[in-house]
This record gives sequence, C-alpha cells and structure tokens, in this order.
Amino acid sequence: MKALFKHAVLATMIGLSGPALASLAYVSNEKDNTLSVIDTKTHKVIDTIDVGARPRGILLSKDFTKLYICASDDDTVQVLDLATRKIIDTLPSGEDPEQFALHPNNRHLYIANEDDAIVTVVDVQTKDVLAQIDVGIEPEGMAVSPDGKWAVNTSETTSMLHWINTETFEIEKNVVVGQRPRHVEFTKDSKIAWASAEIGGTVHIFDVDTIEEIKKIDFKIRGVPQDRVQPVGIQLTTDGKYAFVALGPSNHVAVVDAQTYEVLDYLLVGARVWQLALDKDEKFLYTTNGVSGDVSVIDVDQLKVIKSIKVGRYPWGVVIDPTS
Amino acid sequence: MSLLLKTAFATLLTLLSVAPVHAESLDVRIGYLQWVPDKGPVLSNVISEPEDAGLRGAELGLADNRTTGRFLGQNYELESEVTGSHDETLAAFKAMHDKGTRLFVIQAPAQTVRAVMGQAGDDTLVFNAGAKDDALRTTECHVNLLHTVPSFAMLTDSLGQWLNMRRWNNLFLITGPTDEDRAWADAFRRSANRFGLKIVQDKPWTFDADLRRTAANELPAFTQARNYDAVVVADVRGDFGEYVPFNTWLPRPVVGTQGMSPVTWHFTIENWGAGQLQNRFRAMAGRDITSDDYAAWAAVRSIGTAVTDLNVADAGAIRDFLFTDKFQLAAFKGRSLSFRNWNGQLRQPIPLVHPRSLVAQAPFEGFLHPNTEMDTLGFDRPESQCRING
Repeated sequence: MKALFKHAVLATMIGLSGPALASLAYVSNEKDNTLSVIDTKTHKVIDTIDVGARPRGILLSKDFTKLYICASDDDTVQVLDLATRKIIDTLPSGEDPEQFALHPNNRHLYIANEDDAIVTVVDVQTKDVLAQIDVGIEPEGMAVSPDGKWAVNTSETTSMLHWINTETFEIEKNVVVGQRPRHVEFTKDSKIAWASAEIGGTVHIFDVDTIEEIKKIDFKIRGVPQDRVQPVGIQLTTDGKYAFVALGPSNHVAVVDAQTYEVLDYLLVGARVWQLALDKDEKFLYTTNGVSGDVSVIDVDQLKVIKSIKVGRYPWGVVIDPTS
Repeated sequence: MSLLLKTAFATLLTLLSVAPVHAESLDVRIGYLQWVPDKGPVLSNVISEPEDAGLRGAELGLADNRTTGRFLGQNYELESEVTGSHDETLAAFKAMHDKGTRLFVIQAPAQTVRAVMGQAGDDTLVFNAGAKDDALRTTECHVNLLHTVPSFAMLTDSLGQWLNMRRWNNLFLITGPTDEDRAWADAFRRSANRFGLKIVQDKPWTFDADLRRTAANELPAFTQARNYDAVVVADVRGDFGEYVPFNTWLPRPVVGTQGMSPVTWHFTIENWGAGQLQNRFRAMAGRDITSDDYAAWAAVRSIGTAVTDLNVADAGAIRDFLFTDKFQLAAFKGRSLSFRNWNGQLRQPIPLVHPRSLVAQAPFEGFLHPNTEMDTLGFDRPESQCRING
C-alpha cells in the first residue's frame, strides 16, 4: 500500500516536472522477475517493478512512453507504461522470446523466439502477427537498422546472421560468423553493423551495402584465459569514436576505436557482463553483470569504472530513457 | 506424430522461403551404432537409464545440423542401429560402411569400439560417445578415433580437484566388483595421487545382501574407520552405491559414482544457454537428456560444425579441420570445446552434480595449465603415449 502510494507520488512528480529529473535506467533481473529502476544522477535504485517470468530483452518505444519486456518463461512480450510503471498490455510473441528490436516506424517489433528457431514480427498497435520467419537454431540477437531497411537476427547454434528484408519479411542473406553470435548493433548512419560471437570470442564488422565482413576483431586480456573472453553486448557512441563490447565471464568491457577497430583498453567490471547502455549525453555507460548481480557505471570521458550499483538477481538487459 | 508434421511443415516452408546460399546441395551421411550390454541384476533397480539414451542425443544433433544446413544447401542423414550384441554391432557397422558411410558415432563398450576400429579403413572417422576407458586415450591409440565422452580419468580428476579445493583430503574408497568399477577406482587412485588426497581405507564391495532391507545395518559397519572426510563410491552400474549416502558410520558426505558425481552432462545445467538445449531435447524426446545423449549430440554437432565451415562431407577433411584452431564446439559448457591433438579426446569442463542440482563445474580456479585449464582434467600430452597427429 505504502509502495503504491510512493509510486503514485513519484509518477505525479515525473508527470509534473519530467525533464528536470535525471534520466532513468531500467534493468531486467532475469532470476527475480523484476525490473530495477536506477536514477542515473544519484546512481541509486529508486524502484523495483514486478514483471513476468524471466525478463530478458527490454526496449523503449520510439516515443519513450512504453517499455517492452521479453518475459521469456511466460512466452509473452509485456508492455510497461513508463508514467505509471504498470504492465498495461501483452503482445503475442511466439514461444520463449529472448531479444527483440523495434522498427523505426514504432510499430513492427521483431522478436527472436529462441526455442522455436523463428523470428516473429508483431505490429504493436494492432497486435497482429505479420510474419514468422524460419531462422537458425536458438535465434538470439535482433537489430533493425536505423534507416529501417534491415532486420538482422543472430542464431546461436547455427552461428549465422540472417539478414531479413523489412519490406518482404524474407531472408535475403545468411552469413556464417564465429560460434554463438549474440548481438548486432548498427551505426547511426546504417552503413556498418557490428556482431559479437560469444564462443568464437570475436566481433565481426559488416559493410551493410554489400553485406560483407570487412573486419574481425579479436580480444586478449592479460591474465584471463582466452576461452573466458566471450563478447556479448555492444554499444557505439554516436560521435563514431568508441565501441564498447561486453566480454562476459572475463568480467571486462573492451573499448574499441570505432574507426580503426583497434582495441584501446579493457575495463574491469562486475562478474559476467552481458548488456550495455549509454545515457543520453553518452557520458556514462551502464553494464549488467549477471553473476555479481550489479550494474557497473563507466565514465566514458575518462574510460574508468566509477561505481557499481546492486540490483536484482542475474541482471540481463539495460536501457536508458533519455526523456525522463 | 504432430512434431514430425510440424518439422516437415517447417522444412517445406524453409524450402519455399529461404534464399539458398549454395546452388547444389551436399549430402552428409552419419552412421550411429549403439550397444549397451545388460548390466545384470542390480540391487538398486528403481531408476533405470532410458533405452534410447545416446540415440536421441544423436537425433537432436542431426536436427540441429539440418537447421543450419538448410541455409547452406547441406543435407544430413542419420542411419542408426541399436543392437543387442557385440557381433550385431560389428555387422551393422560393416553394412553401413559397405553402403559408403564414412562418418560414425558409436556408443558401445571399449572392446566393441576396438573391433570397429579394426574394421574401419583409413578413410573412416569414428566418434566414441560411450567408452570411458582410459586405455583408449593413453596406449591404444587410433588415428581416426575421437572421443566426445570424457574418460574415467577426466571424471575422477574433476572430483579430485574439487575434494582438494574443499580440503576434504582423507577418503574412504569403496569399489564394486565389475571391471568398470575397478577402472573407475583406478582412475580415482591416480587422481588422489595427483591432487594430494589420501585414501585412508580402500575396500572392495563384497556383500551380497539386499540392501533395500538391510542397508541401515550393513553399511555403518562396512564404513567403520577412525576418521575420513568423505566416502568415495566406485559403482558404475548403480548396484549398491545408491544405498551408501546417509548410511555411513561417520556422518560424512558420499561422492563418486553416487552421491555427488562427476558427469558428462546433467539435466539441471542451465547456464551458458544450456536451458535451450534442455528444452529442445525435452520437446523432441519427451524426457530429460542424459550424459550419453550429450556425448552423441556433441559428436554429431562436431561433424556439423566442420561441414558448415568446409562445405564438404569427406571424413578426412573433416578430421583435419577438427584439429585446427578454427574448430570450436559451442556445447553449453561455458567454454568452446576442442579435441586434444595427441589422443582425440574432446576437452571439456566436467559438471559435479547431485541428483537434483549442479554443485560445481571443473576445472577449478587455481589448477593451472600452460595451454588451457581444461587440460588439468584427464591425460595431458606428456602422460599419454598417443600421438595420433604425429
């Protein structure tokens, strides 16, 4: 009761003063069935929201009013209203949704259904399933290019990137990359795509026009066995300067020069780092550390880890609402 | 039936909608042979192994290979024979070999694997997914034989590392009467020596009473000793070992083939994406995956991983590829797996489990190795006489 009241007050405050507050980070806690809400100004958890079973991938609607949540074990995508912090709807998602990506049209949601080797495309307004596309085994990573032309899915056991034409919903090209590809990230101009391969230990850079690999990045951290270096999440700064790559159980984030593809540094964060998010001004990078159950905060200018924030059990995804 | 239909439908859809990468298709044929000898009457007959343990793992590997292959114009076939004897297994091997199959996965005792290798020519690649005997990895080396199942030594080294880590140094060893029990116990004695453990009592199991009635009377007396940190049981077929926990003279944990055991795989593993393998297997087979299933799956997936890269089905080319740095098997154990180039053993972490949960996974921190920590488990290059790659 008290908590509810607190939410209501907080919601009202946000409603009234909105942009004056620091922006909020949302973290999905895979084994707690909750989201942690972090105030990025104070770096404190200000709220914990109950959601569906095994929340993993999360993303914001393009107008930043809603948060979509893959509730994997509930076989559904939940829609959270950010103003009230309540689940207001669910979307048909296919079985075991893990990651997803929203088309710039703010309507077409591409969902990787891990158990069924399918990508499901749902219209978030009408809730119609527009297409189900057969892909490789254990589809995981999903990305839509900012220009809206391509949806790319990674299939972990098949070790491929599937390039889906967003007009026809058909696969136009399949490319084999390193073992267990996990995540794809496009540059803002949609010209370059970055893809991580967890077991391969590599990041593959693609020229989007030709869909050809132009570079492969390897990682080596002193004192860490090579097979613990497992790239997963990727974040690119919009100024084209840096790429950050989460390296899983090596407990490090790699800093890569996004122009020369040279690895500049490795930053020690919490245990088993998976996903990353930059805040609005790209001053801070937030990392989810599954095993240590915390979020590390990296100062982007100084390339230093400045803080760790305790969240729920097995934090998985993180997004930051730039408008809050 | 509905699953089959669904698969057929999915395949049809794929054929219609997927743009092929390669114009002409490649056929990859894999033979699967299984013979599990009857283990004789056992005291503990409550929980039995599924009869298709191994086979269903190979079938899942096939399905995984096919899903990848459909994007690359590569088609996989699995011909499987579950036989009732050593001779039948050899006959089935010969029949498949005569028809041109050159890639095999075999789940059978070591003597059958040896006989198969005696018949297989230079152009045939065989994956051992059943025989854990150390001799096949140390002295009886076959150039074209790879092992996806861990050796007894890998299993007992994992247990030895863990006991060392926990400082449970003084052990009471009970060894069953079968050859496999003795092989397991020999492997454990070697591990004890390697990891500084002391076997304070080393007793063969000789009782023949039915322990379901008398375990509480027999075992406390049998395990009497001044002190020990844990009881280690070597009872591979599961005859009496199930009755040792909670019936020991001293209140001590039981480890080994029962109690907490080092295994190839267990249905409670969920990290590193393993939950997906578990779900996929359960959906296909209607039961939980076993260690034998996992070893067969890993063999078929090793072939698939090589074919994805090479786009050829030739056994020699596949064998060569499996020993290069390019081969990495993603097998849900948190590390990429590869084959030891001296004896063809798949190096892999070993889970230590109790019947309902994962306890830990070897290798453990602090057990160092110049190349990979996984080679602290089992026979490292200097300890093996095998040099199958020269």
